[in-house]
Amino acid sequence: MSERIGVFVCHCGTNISSVVDVEQVAKDAGGWDNVTVAMDYKYMCSDPGQELIQSKIKEHNLTRVVVAACSPRMHGPTFKKTLERVGVNGYLMEMANIREQCAWTSDPGELATEKATALTRAAVKRVNFHQPIKESEVSVNKATLVVGAGIAGIQTALQIASAGYPVYLVEKEAYIGGHMAQFDKTFPTMDCSACVLTPKMVDVNQDPNIDLFTNSQVVGVEGYVGNFKVKVRTEPRYVNLKTCTGCGDCVSACVMKDRIPSEFDEGLGKRSAIYIPFPQAVPLKAVVDKESCLFLAKGKCKQTCIEACQVNAINFQEEEKFTELEVGSIVLATGYKLFDPSIGPQWGYGLYDNVITGIQFERLANASGPTGGKLVLKDGSQPQRVAIMHCIGSRDENYYAHCSRVCCMSSVKFAHQIKEKTGAEVYEFYIDMRCFGKQYEEFYNRVQEEGVQFIRGKGSEVVEVDGQLTVRAEDTLLGVFREIPVDMVILNNALIPQEDSDQVASLFGLCSGEDGFFLEAHIKLAPVNTAVDGVFLAGCCQSPKDIPDTVAQASAAAAQALSAIALGKVKLSPVRAAVEASRCSGCMSCVNICPYGAVGFDKEQKVSVINQALCKGCGTCGAACPTGAITTSHFTREQIMAQIEGVCAQ
Amino acid sequence: MAKLKLAVYWGAACGGCDVSILDLHEKILKIGELADIVLWPLAADPKYSDIEAMEDKTIDLCLFNGAVRNSENLEIAELLRRKSKILVSLGSCACFGGIPGLGNLFNKKEIFNSVYLDREFNANEEQIVPKAKVTVPEGELTLPEFYNTVSSLEQVVDVDYFIPGCPPPPDLLWKAIEAIVSGNLPPKGSVIAGDKALCHECPRKREGRKVKEFKRLVDVILDEEICILEQGVVCNGPATRGGCGARCVRANIPCRGCFGPIEDALDQGTQLLSAIASTIDSDNPEEIKKITDQLADPAGTFYRFSLPVSMLKRRKEEGEE
Repeated sequence: MSERIGVFVCHCGTNISSVVDVEQVAKDAGGWDNVTVAMDYKYMCSDPGQELIQSKIKEHNLTRVVVAACSPRMHGPTFKKTLERVGVNGYLMEMANIREQCAWTSDPGELATEKATALTRAAVKRVNFHQPIKESEVSVNKATLVVGAGIAGIQTALQIASAGYPVYLVEKEAYIGGHMAQFDKTFPTMDCSACVLTPKMVDVNQDPNIDLFTNSQVVGVEGYVGNFKVKVRTEPRYVNLKTCTGCGDCVSACVMKDRIPSEFDEGLGKRSAIYIPFPQAVPLKAVVDKESCLFLAKGKCKQTCIEACQVNAINFQEEEKFTELEVGSIVLATGYKLFDPSIGPQWGYGLYDNVITGIQFERLANASGPTGGKLVLKDGSQPQRVAIMHCIGSRDENYYAHCSRVCCMSSVKFAHQIKEKTGAEVYEFYIDMRCFGKQYEEFYNRVQEEGVQFIRGKGSEVVEVDGQLTVRAEDTLLGVFREIPVDMVILNNALIPQEDSDQVASLFGLCSGEDGFFLEAHIKLAPVNTAVDGVFLAGCCQSPKDIPDTVAQASAAAAQALSAIALGKVKLSPVRAAVEASRCSGCMSCVNICPYGAVGFDKEQKVSVINQALCKGCGTCGAACPTGAITTSHFTREQIMAQIEGVCAQ
Repeated sequence: MAKLKLAVYWGAACGGCDVSILDLHEKILKIGELADIVLWPLAADPKYSDIEAMEDKTIDLCLFNGAVRNSENLEIAELLRRKSKILVSLGSCACFGGIPGLGNLFNKKEIFNSVYLDREFNANEEQIVPKAKVTVPEGELTLPEFYNTVSSLEQVVDVDYFIPGCPPPPDLLWKAIEAIVSGNLPPKGSVIAGDKALCHECPRKREGRKVKEFKRLVDVILDEEICILEQGVVCNGPATRGGCGARCVRANIPCRGCFGPIEDALDQGTQLLSAIASTIDSDNPEEIKKITDQLADPAGTFYRFSLPVSMLKRRKEEGEE
């Protein structure tokens, strides 16, 4: 029996119809083999559009449907449901992408229409061979893994835990809080960062539903949505988390006391080899830095820390530990790294004493920082003139093209703090002021009124002229070149992807965008989802964002995980590969190329076997298979060949 | 039982397939007992006119080896098809175009230039190349016309059975003859060989190891136990029909692909290419390029025997649609 195909061509308002003659496409389609009905409509995805499809299915008893509209990523699920609501299997529908792949990339005219027709014809040819396939359901493990315990991970973890479900929170550092713990004040309200963050950090530590793994990294991920198996490696802390009281006796006793540059203070302060980075640290337990600990690095030390500890919490024999976790969802909140401005000698970072980065300024300004919150130069004196340079490494084709989104506002915040603390002259060198958030513009106006000088022009160079630190810039409003002598320069450097973001992406099966940040499933409509079902994104690992946006996204990621838990089961796509054993010769071409480790080998039968639960239907094994023994459902050879034939036919 | 009538013919071939019939050794005597040989240019001297004079379907079995490269090959293929009850495509050239089929990477003009004119060893001052017709004082002389494109036998006439191989192994040939003599015929169109790819019968150890470089056979001494592909030497086994007894790999030589694509395969060359590509141990595009650049003559390697029956068929000619 031949199929009865309905073809529905969408105008997408004028998105498609202004470039492609959609009526002509529908008219042509009406004449093709097996096409029972073909029509065009303004918005196929709208309620009346979907109802039109449904009524035509019933009226003509259609067995197959082609929707020529946008990308199937956009509305594939929409139209699949349209069919399912009238009792037709959703996989008997095929979309021809005549928007993204035709209208948006073509000039209006006959050629565009011809291409849209070819794409539609391909879909029609293909849909003849579609099979009604069914999704399977699996139960969802109620625990969630959150990777990274900055503000994003903390927010996600607390939100899920507060709903009563277990969370494993894994942090690679010895302490939680991330960058936000280092900040002094937060814009635009000038709340103290610690005052808003530390209560949440303490909550994390005390919440019975949260299992915190510090000094830990995820080293293995297996499984699929609802049922992930995760392996976590915990580096030795050399301090017993249970018995250490955080008294700090060991810290004062350490022979390396005040000799190691403190990472938390961005190198401006010093710490011991055994240390607690800041007074509100969570967990408030000492940690040994094995690189700088004399005993661990060289085997020679009096071990004064062990003597000092009254609870015998220090143990240099501690070894790394592996923990296997089972979770239903994973939220990645792995944050960002700051661009290293010493890469560009024009900025003078590392060359001149009083050129510092934004995060170093945060530590200088912080009451618990190395200067007790006093804003001073290297020699201890107060600066009279300070330059703040925006976009160091961002919006710069030589380094990173993206906008880091937070630096305009943090620069305004710095200016305000400098004015408040010292009354110094402040010069801000900016390309554009991007003060887009709630109360941001008002804050900017306020700081302008405080007498800060905003110079539109990216600072091009920081030099010393006769021993005087000087910023050179083009003032694009005045159209003049300026040289401004200053005492201190703050480089507001770019937020960039973490050093190991590529490895993390491949570990979790994610993609990275052109900027290196993890790629979301849809930039507008699925900003916390990823290409991997059950893996979500929160915070700056997806793209630079400020604290309000991070918290919002973190809550959204928590909601995604919670919704899977609430449903209790998730649907697995039936698009999966399978091996036809009678064709497989056991060449193993497919075994080691599966990105999901789904292809195994049956040594007795000498054939490959695909684990249906792990398979994501990506098709890599099928492409590699030299005998055609592997077929991916919904992407069978006859479907693909028919599609190619449809594109190539005249 | 009346004696069978047997014809053996060669098209564009090297003669190896004919020799492989002789490789039946003493069994060749058995053939003599079973059949009268009505045509076998290598071994006997009947004329085409004798065949033309026969009634259609007089010949019980015709073993046709060699590809179809010129008008004589085509003419005799059509003649033998008419006169034969069973036409067997014997050997890789008849089955897939074989080595002569690589001529489809060029055209007639380029081949003639290369063979008769451009080489250092050509002494051809008058620039003579073969012509289908030439007039001399005594009259007109003709030669078969040389085609631009090489075809397999099946691409020009209906074929009953296929025995691949370069040359075909005598045991398969004997199996086919026995089946025909006993009347125990397989379904029409059957390939008298294995069903699975060569790897299935390959005795070597495989672990799915990937490789960092491709080496040519001349540059290595192959381990005799381990999968040749995993040693970085291209082996056509993964996409080549088995049934040959893994003759080459047992002799420590990679499979050259002479048994052609497996049943229903889309395209032996591209399938080989994707299998070989999947063995590369790198994610870095530059490194991958470096590794793939080490593959000498990819078209000649992956399509060594099957270019005319592949999806590509031949190089596209200029101005061709």
